[in-house]
Amino acid sequence: MNNLTDDTNQTINIEIDLILDAIFQKYGYDFRNYSRAHVKRRLLHRLAGSHFKSLSQMQHEVLYDPSFFQEILKDLSINVTEMFRDPKFYLALRSEIIPLLKTYPFIKVWHAGCSTGEEVYSFAIVLKEEGLYDRVQIYATDFNRTVLDIAKKGIYPINRIKEFTANYQQAGGKQSFSDYYMADYNSVIFDQSLKKNIVFAEHNLVTDSVFAEVNIIICRNVLIYFNRELQNKVFTLFTESLINGGFLCLGSKETLQFSQNAGLYDVLNAYEKLYKKRII
Amino acid sequence: MNYKAIVIGASTGGFYALKRLITALPGGFEFPILIVQHISSNSDNFMARYLDGISKLTVKEADEKEAILPGTVYIAPPNYHMLVEENFTIGLSTEEKIRYARPSIDVLFESAVYAYGNQLIGIVLTGANNDGSEGLLAIKKAGGLTIVQTPEQAEADMMPQSAIDLAKPDHILPIEGIAALLTSLDNNQKNSITT
Repeated sequence: MNNLTDDTNQTINIEIDLILDAIFQKYGYDFRNYSRAHVKRRLLHRLAGSHFKSLSQMQHEVLYDPSFFQEILKDLSINVTEMFRDPKFYLALRSEIIPLLKTYPFIKVWHAGCSTGEEVYSFAIVLKEEGLYDRVQIYATDFNRTVLDIAKKGIYPINRIKEFTANYQQAGGKQSFSDYYMADYNSVIFDQSLKKNIVFAEHNLVTDSVFAEVNIIICRNVLIYFNRELQNKVFTLFTESLINGGFLCLGSKETLQFSQNAGLYDVLNAYEKLYKKRII
Repeated sequence: MNYKAIVIGASTGGFYALKRLITALPGGFEFPILIVQHISSNSDNFMARYLDGISKLTVKEADEKEAILPGTVYIAPPNYHMLVEENFTIGLSTEEKIRYARPSIDVLFESAVYAYGNQLIGIVLTGANNDGSEGLLAIKKAGGLTIVQTPEQAEADMMPQSAIDLAKPDHILPIEGIAALLTSLDNNQKNSITT
């Protein structure tokens, strides 16, 4: 980081506004209502590792070189996740939501912001172990095509399996985790049968609208990158997409509390952020 | 100089160091404090609850978009980076670990520099890695106040030593000295505002 004066910081903030506008106008991806500290950190990190002298110079490249824009898109979308991230969430899911889902003949699941798919396969494993998988349809969506391609393949580096396995066990897993994948030297591929009822599709929470009526929405650690205004907009989209009595599962540090939609939900688990849409 | 906030980074041995530091601060202490303590990703919010119970300040695990208030200590949640937004609210992120750490001290410090400029106090405590050194250097370059725990007193001396070597901090002090300095800075500022 260079010496920072109020004046240079102000200039950087203007450059960020301009580059986000440029991205929106040229490519349609709208990061203008993302958490600014996050966007700033990622853009300045990219700048520091480049030959550009300023974000303004980088903006020129963003506009004229679509492949460079793809790199920026990767920087701005957070795609770091793991299988059974936050094992306690899956324990709560099993004890508080699964028994209620079992009362439905058919269940539609929307996993919004599924990134590279680890958490989708985690939920698919839970559904399988709970005997629900054969009557579900899972829509796994993300705005980033590159990560969706990884999600569709279901192939992950083998060095992550130790962490995934520990999470699976803490998450109330009922089998041996190795039942769900095949390993070779460098990678593991998850059981094809887990994919049978999953549709991976592009959907942008910021710019796209309702595409299905679902029983449960899982959207974890996506909304933390949005400002309150955008969070509200997405909560409204979720409310419109859920059936009455449907479930909303957020990341453990995310909350409906400050949204105008809060009154439409009952809190099932305040710590794991599990909500149930009221029957109106 | 008027300061607006304190950021603290701690790793190995940090729980005990933070306990001594936070409990040594008086009731009515006004600077908000933001803390990254390296911690296992599946921990709960025990440290925040414990420190809240034994100190005179309000201590809590940080929530996303939370406004940063005087007299309050915010601890980064396990498995999230904690950032300061320029509107003085807290941002959380799950981006990749930095130097094997999430939360990362550097991420907190560097974002706090953008929010507070030279009105920031940065402190690096005990730890067995070099997280926080770059962040402390950024605070120093922006004209903020930099403090490092005396390595000889730290349970693990690598992190404070690394911060000293890179950032050449304004003060190298034991925990009691850090607490006394912060208390006097806080008092001076309150007096200068009232007179």
